Order: sequence, then structure tokens, then C-alpha cells
Amino acid sequence: MQRNPAAFNANAAEALRNADMQSALRAAEQGFGAKRRKSIERLPEFDALCDQAAAIKDHVLDHLDVYLERFEAQVFATGGMVHWCEDAQSARAKILALCQSVNARTVTKGKSMVSEEIGLNPFLEANNIRPIETDLGEYIIQLADEPPSHIIGPALHKTKDQVSDLFHDHHRKLGFPHRVEEGEALVGEARAILREKYLSADVGVTGANFLIAETGSTVIVTNEGNGDMTQIFPRMHIVLASIEKIVPTLEDAATFLRVLARSATGQEMSVYTTFSTGPKRKGDADGPDQFHVVLLDNGRSRMLATSQREMLRCIRCGACMNHCPVYMAAGGHAYGATYMGPMGSVLTPHFDGLARAQALPFASTFCGRCESVCPMRIPLPRLMRELRNTAHDARLTPARERLWLRLWSWIAQRPPLYHRLARMGLPLLGRLARGRGRFAWLPLASGWTRTRDFPAPQGKSFITQWAARRTPEK
Amino acid sequence: MSAEKPDTALFITCLADLFRPAVGFATVKLLERAGCAVDVPMGQTCCGQPAYNSGDSTSARALALQTIRLLMDYDYVVAPSGSCAAMIRLHYPALLAGDPEWAERARALAGRTWELTQFLHQVMKYDASTDEMPEKTAYLDSCSGLRELGVSDAPRALLRGSVLESGDSDACCGFGGTFCVKYTAVSTAIADKKLDSLAATGATRVAGGDLGCLMHLAGRAARRGLDLEFRHVAEVLAGETQSPAIAARDN
Repeated sequence: MQRNPAAFNANAAEALRNADMQSALRAAEQGFGAKRRKSIERLPEFDALCDQAAAIKDHVLDHLDVYLERFEAQVFATGGMVHWCEDAQSARAKILALCQSVNARTVTKGKSMVSEEIGLNPFLEANNIRPIETDLGEYIIQLADEPPSHIIGPALHKTKDQVSDLFHDHHRKLGFPHRVEEGEALVGEARAILREKYLSADVGVTGANFLIAETGSTVIVTNEGNGDMTQIFPRMHIVLASIEKIVPTLEDAATFLRVLARSATGQEMSVYTTFSTGPKRKGDADGPDQFHVVLLDNGRSRMLATSQREMLRCIRCGACMNHCPVYMAAGGHAYGATYMGPMGSVLTPHFDGLARAQALPFASTFCGRCESVCPMRIPLPRLMRELRNTAHDARLTPARERLWLRLWSWIAQRPPLYHRLARMGLPLLGRLARGRGRFAWLPLASGWTRTRDFPAPQGKSFITQWAARRTPEK
Repeated sequence: MSAEKPDTALFITCLADLFRPAVGFATVKLLERAGCAVDVPMGQTCCGQPAYNSGDSTSARALALQTIRLLMDYDYVVAPSGSCAAMIRLHYPALLAGDPEWAERARALAGRTWELTQFLHQVMKYDASTDEMPEKTAYLDSCSGLRELGVSDAPRALLRGSVLESGDSDACCGFGGTFCVKYTAVSTAIADKKLDSLAATGATRVAGGDLGCLMHLAGRAARRGLDLEFRHVAEVLAGETQSPAIAARDN
């Protein structure tokens, strides 16, 4: 599969031929949908909470400068440091410099999509620092040398059987000679191996679900507790987060936490919710000596000034992709980008450029399910449509498609011509169908007839027949 | 508006006009039965949705103006399609929001435009109790109708509760307008999922409110050799089920 959004179609076709991926997707689709529905049914005020959370984000986005500076001041006051990074390259360089300042050789990592966004792992490896993913899903795909296929379930595309094989391959030489198949045994094996890594790591890197301006705290939610181990044992904790993760107060964070897990996995809360405020203080039993927050912009402040700013409300719950028919058929790798599904189809053009990613906003049926489940009320179809407009106007879409569209619209704007063509063309098509009622093949329509028959027209157009019926009466 | 018979324009939609005129005649029959004075404005073509969803807002705008001019003087405008009705109801006002001359007219037309089943059920309080009761029929929700207009109860009420339900009735069929030819493989995979769940209901007939979705599914079902008949819900409600179903052979 190509790491290129332009290859969406070819990637999707490959994913559809992959039986393991299809069975993994089918299981995920059923699981996510049902769990989310049940947990929301149990919380009658869920919708009101979503409205409230979306309003908080809007407020923050209106005053992002104020809250970011307040956050920085609070981090500083509690003994930490904030580093402002405009793009992926400067964020990578900053993290490398921090790691080198403590002569780091291994770095443990909690799950962070922003780290995928800036391509941190390959960069650290190229600089002789070994990154070790500690989230089970991330650990699996790191062994498989694949990117995440889902923002909250990075290894969602893999079946348990595939994970068994993968672990057996890699763990054999680490003192685990037998292939284990049971879920719990697989987790146990990964846990035993990771435990040593936590203790020997020099730096722990985590993402953040929220940054709290009031206290300078960063918040992560996990289900495995790996985030805590990642940030407590090493000497240095680096939090890598994008600027729109900020919320004003602890109380606001609580509002988001009530929405996030329910919308993501259908849990009331994730198993671990961890607040980190500054480095280890005198008298603390544990914690890092240094606490750094790397704040990434990477095109986000540019989005603020556009009609796409609602996308910055996203809290990365994954509900849009869990309910997307296209994602659930094509899988996350097909998008060829860090972020996938509807939210990725909006974000990727902003991060990678629309010229490279124009296929993604078109990779939607506009069924609107994403918008209807989005807890942050992001109008995803509208945002994709705007990107389609920009792509069309900049002539980034295939020339042949623009030509067909122009021709259709040109004819449709000339009703007499339109109806004359219908009068001439339809009987011809009808004769071609010869009573079969459908075409197995039609010229210039292979995009349809490759997999579907094309229904034949019934005869004369409705307008033609209606006109003929009415004329004699007058 | 005469108190007796509202002056109602049928917006036939390009797919019904070109491929399935039976939908138009069935719709007229239902509207007249419900008590409307029906007119079919001759200058109608396409609502502009293909252009609108493909990023060509200039063409979409031109077609919106043409359609508004044609339909603005009727009491009601009814379309046998959720997506075309939603185009007029939601997207024309959005498309023309900044236009001092047309914004107001777009909003006014939007307020008078309806999807067929919703119009029959909610506005005309159509009583379907004397109509023939359809058997073994599943209703195919179309996403635009369902999520943009809330079309869900109306067709089910008109079909008088005889509808067979699949567990994923709110899931997309994979049509998506130009999506279905641009991303053929994905579109087909989604269609197959939908067809499997429709077949699992035990239905022999699928009635739907949008011809795009119906033609896409009927075409795929024919290619797979599935024994399912696809018709527009207007044909079923009007009892016009003698003609061959969509993509079915002449008898």
C-alpha cells in the first residue's frame, strides 16, 4: 500500500482484496457502533454535553493566543518548559535536541498521533535513538513496520491470528519460544517485554488529549496504563501536542472527558486518565527530572482564519471513521496519510497540501453519518465540499471529470436542448437494451458497468410523455 | 393558494425523468389522490447536485437560479427524491447565502419544497389505508433524505408498517453520486454489504425514495444474480408494480 493520498483508489482496491483486513474491519465496525450507542443511551445529557464541549472549543479557538500563553506561564511556574514549533521539522529537531541533552539511547513512547504526523520514529532512528512504542496497538504495528490504520486503534486492521504470528516471530528470540493465541496471553507477553523497556528508557514521549491552561497540566487517557509508565520512569518527560488541544480549566477538561471515551470506545471513562503537571517535586515519590511540552502548529493557525476552522474542534475520538462506510470498506491505510476517515480527509489537505491530497475529500459518499456522530458537531461533509470546491477551482481534479461535469451542466442549463437530447437518446438506448432491462456494458460508463449492470431507461422521458399528453387537450 | 387544492409543482428529478418516468406518473397519481393540483413545469432539468458535490459551484449556482426561477411561484414543490429535495431545501440557501438578490428567494423556495413521502404524510395527511398493502418489502433509506430531511417515519407510515427492517437501515448504500463511478471498488463493496443485509430481512422487494441509490443497488444485484426487485416507493404506494422493476427484464 502506498503512503500517498493520491493512490487512494489503488490502495482501497488492495485493501478490499485483503481478507484478513476485511474481517478485522467488519469486527471493528460492529463493535464500535454498538458500544457507542449503548453508552450514549445510558447518558441522557450526552447531546447537551457535546454542545457544551463544542462551545468551549469555539471559545478557545477565538482566544487561542491567550490560553496558549497562560498555559505556557503555568508550565513554567510548575518547573517545566514549553517549546513552540511551527512545523514538523522544527518539532522533530527540538525533540532530538532534548533527547541528546540527556544522552538518550532509548525513548519509550505513549500513543501519539502528532508523533506520527511529524514522522518522529524514523527521525529518531536515523539519529541513533531507539523509539519503543508502549501502547499495545502501536507496539504491534511497530513490530510489523506499518503505520497506524486508525487514530485510536492503530492495529485495528490486524486479526488476532496475525498478531500471534507477529509476536511469535519477534518474541521467539526474547525467551518466549511458544506461539500464543489467546488475547490475554498475547497482552501478557507484550507487557513482560515492555516492562523492562520502561525501566531502561532515558526519555518518555507522550501525546496529550488535553492541555489545561489554568494549571499547565497535560492530560492523557489510556486503557493500558502504558502512558503512566512511559512518563514516570525516565529522567525526562516530553509531551508532544498540537496547539488546538488546549482547554481553559480543569472543569472544562472534565466535560471533554465525559464525551471523549463514550464517543470513542463506548466506555464511560478510559481506564487511566493521567494529569501531568511539571517535573518531580521535592518529596514526590516518582516522576521525571525534566518536563517539556513541545507545542506543534503545523498549519493549524492558518486554518483558524478560514471557514475550515471548525475542524480544529476535533478531539480525535474516531467516531467519524467508525461510522464511515468508506473507511470501513477501504481501511485506514488506503488514505495514505497520518489521519484517515472523514476527519483525515479534511485534515490531510491542510497538512500535506491539497495538490497531493485532493482525492481524499472526494472519497466520501456524503452520507452524513460522520457529522451525525461527531461529538464536536463538526460539519465534516461541508468541510469536504469546500475542499472539493477549492480543488476544482484550482484544476487539481482530473481534467476528464471536469469536462464531463461542464458538459452536463452546460446542457442542463439549456432546457430545450436537454429535452431534445433526451427525446433522441433515450429511444436509442432503449433499442440497445432490447428488453433485457439493463446493460452489462455501456460506452464511457465503465466506472459503473465494471461491477454493476446499468438499468436501461423505460422509454421516452417523463417530460416528453407529459408534454405529449397535455398538448392535445389545449 | 386555494383552500381546496394547493398548486403543487412536481420536480421530477433528472434520473426519474430520463430513466424511470413511471416514478413521475406514480407521483402525480399520489399527489392528485392526496388532493393537490399538480403541474409539471416544462423547463426543469437538473437541480445541480452533481456539480455542487463535485466542487463546481459556478455551475451549481447557475442551475440553482434556473430552478428557483422556475419553481418560485407554486404553493409547494415536491420531488420524488430525498437528495434533490435536500439540495433545494438546504443547499440552495447555503449556496446563495451571500447573494442579496437570490438569498431570500432561495430561502422562500426551500420552505415550500418537500420530499414526496414526507409531503404526503406530514403536509397532506395522506391516508394510505385503502391502498394495496405491500408484502415482503424493505424500505431503503437514502442518506440525504434520512439525515438532511429526517425522512424515516413518513415512508414507513405510508407503507403501513408492513416494512421489513434490517439492522443497519441508516447505513449508506455506497452510491454517493459521482462517487459511485469515481471510486468503483469501494462503492461496490459498500453496496454488497447493503444488499446482504437487505436480503437477510427476507424481503423480495426493496422500495426506496431515491433513484440513484436504487439504480446502483439494482444494477449490482442484477450483476450478482440476486433475486431482489427494486422500485421507487412512489410506484409501490401508487400500486404501479406491473411494469418491470428497475434493471429487470421485460416480461
